[in-house]
Amino acid sequence: MSTVEQTLIVPRTEASNVKTAANAAAPGTTTMRVQPVARALSPARAALRQFLRSPSGVAGAILLLALILATIFGPMLYPIDPLEIVGLPFSPPDADALLGTDYLGRDVLAGLIHGGRATMTVGAVAALITIVIGVSVGALSGFFGGWIDSLLVKISEFFQVLPPLLFAMVLVTLFGPRLTTITIAIGAVSWTSAARLTRAEFMRLRDLDFIKASRAAGAGNWHLIMRVVLPNALPPIIVSATLAIGVAILFEGGLSFLGLGDPNTMSWGLMIGQNRNYVLDAWWAVTFPGAAIFLAVLAVSLVGDGINDAVNPRLRRR
Amino acid sequence: MTPVLSVEDLSVGMTGRDGKLVPVLENLSFTVDKGRTIALVGESGCGKSMTALAIMRLLPEGFVVTSGRILLEGENVLTARNRRMRALRGNAVSMVFQEPMTALNPLYTVGDQIAEALYHHRNLSRGDAAEQAVQFLKAVQIPAAEQRAKAYPHQMSGGMRQRVMIAMAIACKPKLLIADEPTTALDVTVQAQIFDLLAKLQDETETAIVLITHDLGAVAELADDIAVLYAGRCIETGPAQGVAASPRHPYTRGLLACVPHLAVGRPKPPAWIDLGEIPGMVPALGSRGPDCAFLTRCASASEVCRSRPQPPLGTIDVAHAVSCWRAREIAA
Amino acid sequence: MTLLTHLFGRLANAAMLLLAVLVLNFCLIHAAPGDPVQVIAGEMGGASAEVIAALRAKYGLDHSVLEQLFTYLHNVLLGDFGYSYYFNQPVLGLIAQRLPATLYLAFASVMVAVVVGTLLGVVSARRPNGLLSHAVTVLSLAGYAAPIFWTGLLLLLLFGSVWPILPVSGMADVVHPRTGLAYGLDVLEHLILPAATLALVFVAQYSRLARVNMIDVLSSDYVRTARAKGLPESVVIFKHALRNALIPIVTVMGLQFGNLFAGAVLVETVYSWPGMGRLVFDSILRRDYPTLMAVLFFSAVIVIAANIATDLVYRLIDPRIRGGSR
Repeated sequence: MSTVEQTLIVPRTEASNVKTAANAAAPGTTTMRVQPVARALSPARAALRQFLRSPSGVAGAILLLALILATIFGPMLYPIDPLEIVGLPFSPPDADALLGTDYLGRDVLAGLIHGGRATMTVGAVAALITIVIGVSVGALSGFFGGWIDSLLVKISEFFQVLPPLLFAMVLVTLFGPRLTTITIAIGAVSWTSAARLTRAEFMRLRDLDFIKASRAAGAGNWHLIMRVVLPNALPPIIVSATLAIGVAILFEGGLSFLGLGDPNTMSWGLMIGQNRNYVLDAWWAVTFPGAAIFLAVLAVSLVGDGINDAVNPRLRRR
Repeated sequence: MTPVLSVEDLSVGMTGRDGKLVPVLENLSFTVDKGRTIALVGESGCGKSMTALAIMRLLPEGFVVTSGRILLEGENVLTARNRRMRALRGNAVSMVFQEPMTALNPLYTVGDQIAEALYHHRNLSRGDAAEQAVQFLKAVQIPAAEQRAKAYPHQMSGGMRQRVMIAMAIACKPKLLIADEPTTALDVTVQAQIFDLLAKLQDETETAIVLITHDLGAVAELADDIAVLYAGRCIETGPAQGVAASPRHPYTRGLLACVPHLAVGRPKPPAWIDLGEIPGMVPALGSRGPDCAFLTRCASASEVCRSRPQPPLGTIDVAHAVSCWRAREIAA
Repeated sequence: MTLLTHLFGRLANAAMLLLAVLVLNFCLIHAAPGDPVQVIAGEMGGASAEVIAALRAKYGLDHSVLEQLFTYLHNVLLGDFGYSYYFNQPVLGLIAQRLPATLYLAFASVMVAVVVGTLLGVVSARRPNGLLSHAVTVLSLAGYAAPIFWTGLLLLLLFGSVWPILPVSGMADVVHPRTGLAYGLDVLEHLILPAATLALVFVAQYSRLARVNMIDVLSSDYVRTARAKGLPESVVIFKHALRNALIPIVTVMGLQFGNLFAGAVLVETVYSWPGMGRLVFDSILRRDYPTLMAVLFFSAVIVIAANIATDLVYRLIDPRIRGGSR
């Protein structure tokens, strides 16, 4: 497995690793790349400045901000209960219900506005769980190496064998389709790519001189991991966390689509799952929540790409 | 007789970040005759490799030839059609690259990589091409060539790979061979072997060679002529013996002084004694003005040098030309 | 290391992983709220008193947990994955009936995705700032962000009511059953939409990956060497560059098999493709745990098999790994 493991990176971020191995640029260009300005700024501010220069990243950030604001303030501005029946089933979009009603006669726009809260929360919390598990496993694995690494790699390998969505599906079926179960299940099945990434980053950093210097200066393992290595490993982890939000939102939709949405809490996934059989009768009841998921995932992945480009200056020119 | 290669007034520019064209190589001219070798010498970043790639018409993206002509047996390669250029490359003109570790494709056997040039240029069958590839591996003195032809690059040492590169380059018996720092990545002992091999092959085939190097001492014997480049400009050119024995430009003298083994067994000319190493670095691209590019690093610089732009190449001796205001004083 | 010993090692590792999946399944049944018998029989199944007594005896539920585990593993080794009380037949039979259709769909999609994705990537890499290159970037973003079941439903809507030129349901025409070649063509026609839906996600990923790799490979030293040899551009691209650019794609493809399988399950439920998807959907609806557990197990089998196959392809492409010098 060793070959595969080393090359295996998160589907969306693997590009960056593959690119790092690229050949040195053509001779003569080296002198052009030195930017004395960048040195004066802190890395985070330099990255932010770079991020703001990427139009797609900024567009993603604006879109994401708009979606978050809509889910926070939307329910106050449009106080219709998304679970309440407000009209006839399958009413097409009109003045009464701007985006129509679903198979039970519930307001689709209300569902979108209120359901966004659940979907975005599941996405954010599940991504947090993913990253906490993944980073812990990867950090221990990459920092200590040896048998700890072997053991944790074996465990990761085991989790990689189970298709994440199907595993989450079994967990939710067994423990009941509630929002908490769904969130935990998604977080528990999708941490392996974050672990792999963190492990590789820790292994790379572990042998660098400044880490060795800290160790020689008597820094303890805990201090080294949390204060020295982790901050340096953060950029790719942040990118991976951003992308994990998108994956979690897609998973919430997938689970709901298979009938495992929480029926007591409106979410975008639940809207699709419950109306999927009536797509030919009421296209609006499925199309709009799907578009909402699409926009949310698009927003976070644009932001993720933007951050990735900003923290990997070598790749900027592409 | 038409020279095999004639470079006339060649200038190459690079598109900078702001879209402006920055000169990389300025007004370079030289010729190579059949069976002769010219060495292009200079530190990294002086434009040597860009000259080679310009001749092959393989300049990387962003680099363009801004003026001049490159005549290969009288034919201007800069205006040749792509199709014609492909027919010339690997056939009439071929190139050995600096990094044998990365210049070979890791996924194909070395025999295959030599054979494909023959297959595409010589209309040989796959079988005949493969057989000839083995012959060329023998020609570059690779032992057990039959087995080695089936090996992959990662199974060979650096010196072996560079021999493979040379075999590939000479496979179609080119008129001109360009060797871009062919020994830089290799051990010192292997370097000598590779130079010997090039010399031997040249005796047999009468190929003209453009040898690119930063190590003036190493090529003094192999080369017939030398052109010293500094910051994209040719600052001294002439017969190898003449340039090595009596360098006129302070930079050339510095280069020679950096080579310790030249001094062995030969009394050092007194003028060299104080030149241990050249302080400073080649000026960055884009920050080169009209004045002498070596000015800031030159120990012999005077008021003349600061007040006037860099002089054109001035003939000093038979075929020996220098671009320095103080060339005559330094020689004295 | 020879290929055979390597393969043997992979198989031994696979056996360990599958054993671990079984242990996990066992633990999940016991960790789930409620009596294991209820879990095994399924909440909606016809769990009569006799059935429950029989189950208690069969799974040794009166014995210690460890003994129960061994009983469970023993049963599985004999091919007994339990009985679905909803479908009223052994789980193994249920899976065996539906697995081929799923594999067919998954295989067709991944082939389309690799070929189309790689070609798009290669073509757009030749002009990194060209129109097609930007189109590929947009496509890969959109393909990644669009939930697969939503794309499926939109296509179903499009081809089911707006522009009905393709079958949107099932695997073959049941009203006018065909035989021989006509049947094959009919199945192929039914395959188009599900396979296209599933492939879209992966085309998006592979084209992006292929583009990035190809841009890198095209600026590599060995491609310059190939050009310096005067080889035709097609040989430079397809012989020297593409094979190198394929390596990371094969790697990612191997990694994605779990997602491919899960994606196939989702797509099948959209288009009523008679594979595992419908089975999964019904099992969830009926809380038919033995079936779901078996689906999880067999999906692990497929992922492992796909990983071994990927590894072999990888070795075929890259001699550096073949030689064992990693």
